[in-house]
Amino acid sequence: MTEETVSKKEEEVLAELDSFAELPDAPPKRKFRLSWVGYCATAVVIFWLIICLIGPSIAPFHEMDMEGDDSFLDAYSGEYGTFYLGTDYLGRDTFSRVLFGARNTIGISLAATLLAYLMGITLGILAAVKGGWIDMGISRINDAILALPTIMLGLIVIAALGSSIPILIGTAAVIYATSVFRIARALGQDIMVQDFVEAAQTRGEGIWWIIRAEVLPNAAMPLATDFGLRLVFVVLFISSLSFLGLGVQPPASDWGSMVRENLQGLTYGSWASIWPALAIATFTISINLIVDDISAKSGGSLAKKMV
Amino acid sequence: MEKEKLFEIKDLRISANDDDGNEVKIVKGVSFDIHKGEVVALIGESGSGKTTISLATLAYTKPGLYFSGGECCLFGKDVLSMNPLGQRDLRGGNVAYLAQSAAATFNPAITINEQVTEAAVLHGRLTQEQANERATELYHALELPDADRIGYRYPHQVSGGQLQRLMAAMALCGKPDLMVLDEPTTALDVTTQIEVLKAFKKVIREQNSAAIYVTHDLAVVAQVADHIVVLYGGEIMEQGSADQIINRPTHAYTKRLMDAVRPKPTAGMGISSVGEEHHRDVDNLQVKDMTAGYGGIVNGEPKIPILKDINVSVKNGHVVGVIGESGCGKSTLARVMAGMLPPARGDIILDGKKLEGDLRDRKLEELQKVQFVFQMADTALNPKQLIGNIIGRPLEFYHGLTGKEKHAKVSEILQLVELPPEFANRYPMELSGGQKQRINMARSLAANPEVMLCDEVTSALDSIVGANVIKLLTSLRDKTGVSFVFISHDLSTVASFADEIVVLYAGRVVEQGPTDEVLEPPFHPYTRLLISSVPEMRIGWLEDTMQKREMAVGIARGVEITARGCPFYNRCPLAIEGTCDLKTAPVRELKDGHEIHCHRSIEELQETERETQMILHGYEKLGEDDPQVHVP
Repeated sequence: MTEETVSKKEEEVLAELDSFAELPDAPPKRKFRLSWVGYCATAVVIFWLIICLIGPSIAPFHEMDMEGDDSFLDAYSGEYGTFYLGTDYLGRDTFSRVLFGARNTIGISLAATLLAYLMGITLGILAAVKGGWIDMGISRINDAILALPTIMLGLIVIAALGSSIPILIGTAAVIYATSVFRIARALGQDIMVQDFVEAAQTRGEGIWWIIRAEVLPNAAMPLATDFGLRLVFVVLFISSLSFLGLGVQPPASDWGSMVRENLQGLTYGSWASIWPALAIATFTISINLIVDDISAKSGGSLAKKMV
Repeated sequence: MEKEKLFEIKDLRISANDDDGNEVKIVKGVSFDIHKGEVVALIGESGSGKTTISLATLAYTKPGLYFSGGECCLFGKDVLSMNPLGQRDLRGGNVAYLAQSAAATFNPAITINEQVTEAAVLHGRLTQEQANERATELYHALELPDADRIGYRYPHQVSGGQLQRLMAAMALCGKPDLMVLDEPTTALDVTTQIEVLKAFKKVIREQNSAAIYVTHDLAVVAQVADHIVVLYGGEIMEQGSADQIINRPTHAYTKRLMDAVRPKPTAGMGISSVGEEHHRDVDNLQVKDMTAGYGGIVNGEPKIPILKDINVSVKNGHVVGVIGESGCGKSTLARVMAGMLPPARGDIILDGKKLEGDLRDRKLEELQKVQFVFQMADTALNPKQLIGNIIGRPLEFYHGLTGKEKHAKVSEILQLVELPPEFANRYPMELSGGQKQRINMARSLAANPEVMLCDEVTSALDSIVGANVIKLLTSLRDKTGVSFVFISHDLSTVASFADEIVVLYAGRVVEQGPTDEVLEPPFHPYTRLLISSVPEMRIGWLEDTMQKREMAVGIARGVEITARGCPFYNRCPLAIEGTCDLKTAPVRELKDGHEIHCHRSIEELQETERETQMILHGYEKLGEDDPQVHVP
């Protein structure tokens, strides 16, 4: 290096120090990108959501129609070969029932999860912000519910109140609100001790402003990630209840109950119980993959908190 | 005589890939050598690549980075191209790494000895018995108290400075060829820093090991390094012997770094240029006979007392600096003033009116007048809010500004803290550390306060950035007439900026008064210790300082809050047994409201000062009337 280039270099450095570049430029906004697995999973989830909406109208048969005379027919069998996935134990078209069942299974789960979130977040953030006796009271009641096995609790409630879709949704929501409450409270407590919340408090801000402007925006992302996971649990819960005969009542179709109804068919080599099981698997696994992808992008710390 | 070449870094290049897969160069062709028994210092601000380069000697990069060229040769063998097994032997065997925080490095559940000897035994360099013996030897060399048994303790049972020294023992145990020290004293108090520096220097000399010392503090570098490499943006700006860089720097960047090193605190540094219109000799914020602590209040006394009988007043448009080591209650004092911690006894008075202890009971306009600036801008700014909203909120909340008016005011405030108005549309994450600290202060300024309580606002910043923040604070004071309570453990920062200084020790005020008076003899023995501990950018300063009498007693122990007597008793070179440990120190008043809380009379304190000068500078200087410390 010659003398000249060195001195020029010096000037550059000094200029940088004096300008705002002393201090680096704003990094480009981080684009949110999923991996290819994430894209595939998203496609599957979107596919099932569309089926929820249009399933009944594209189904070749009604879910309750007993078209075939024979139960457990093979795929593409029947008079015109129109039973794409064969028939079930009452000779109903499995393909149509899977399409109809999507609405029940996913719809009920989604409604229950949303309700669980509404209850869990409200109470959880309230407990975190207020602390003291309010926190103590809500948390202990929550612990009591959390201590009961979920399926047992569901069985008792439904046995007492009878099985209808609103009761199913309500029961699942209360049961899963307990774990949402735990997460929301933990997140809220973490955020409440941050300096920026203390800064708001020293400014004299009211509690609602602190919750709305300081706590919720920072809890939103982890809670959204958890929503996916929780939805999966609820799908499995509703399916388990249906499997036990306490969920969606026949003749309405639902993936969980379809697995149970057609279980005996396995001995005859029928696929009738496999198809709804596959539907549950693809939907839940896809949601899990999306959640994994998002939490991996957020540094993995999120995934740890969830567990 | 040319020493044997130990490590050779040749044209080292390290890169990362950005989101679009483009190469981003982090280290751009750096070359330097390390000889046996030599300490090489890498200095530069954060982001200059100094840690990244030092880790390359371990053939390691942080996740996301990769070596894109160059060689790191240990005894002529490139470590970057070694197979993983070879690199495993290298790490912790040939090259030992000391991280910045000892507290985070030590496992709290395992005894110190096990951790210190682990690497040496694991690499088969020593057997467990040999390693234990060597560890004990090192404890003695590092002048650790109770050296024969300290290894059986757990990490939480020793002080922070001791733990930092134990980490050096951990690194040295397996007799590594090279030690990498990454900012080992940056997070420490000045007094602890001296204790650690002294031990490091001694042990490096005695073991004749080579070391890479990574830091941004030139004054520290001057004490330990033989060779200095100045880095900026991943490139070497200048390198040479310590003597050459410290005394005859050639590169403009090095000179800039030197300027940011604040001079030794002395009288006459305080700037009193408050505009006339703001200057009123009225008490703005006053704290009277205040006692506070944590754990609730029992019978009018806090369960865990921190502050005791504090009297401090902040005059209109003045800057009051509060100094002391960590654990002295500086932050607690600010929290009490802000109402975050209600005091057990005593009053807080704003403009002649008594304030409620709890901020929830204070009126809105009282809250608006006293604003607290948090230490860490990273956590004090909500990451999900735009800068415009962060600064806009106090405007809306206290002054009811909305829409265009608010927007205009936000731009005005951003300009006041010397940031472009476009920053209003950014998130805190998109700003650098210094910029965030400016936003942090801008938010408090937006409230249009009378008093701003700044808690260690420059401590987490690089020296150049920190110096700029101080400049900004000074200009803000002149422009707006805001009073500041400026809390810092860095005496030179406070001295360059404050009108008055309050010296806190173990929850009591030991000395306070105008800056010029406090920084001039007579000193309280604790003030004396603090002043002597501020490192000077002069080779050989460490050795000189260690001869001083207050150092011998002072740096050996930490802050303890005592119920009786003078809390400084066990660290004081002038302590009187039977008096200082039993009775509360009397207040000795000097001119201009300068007061010293000490059992020794002013004459005795002055006499001590004279003796110190005698030891340091010989007798010929005694003829002078002014026994002020000699500043090179």
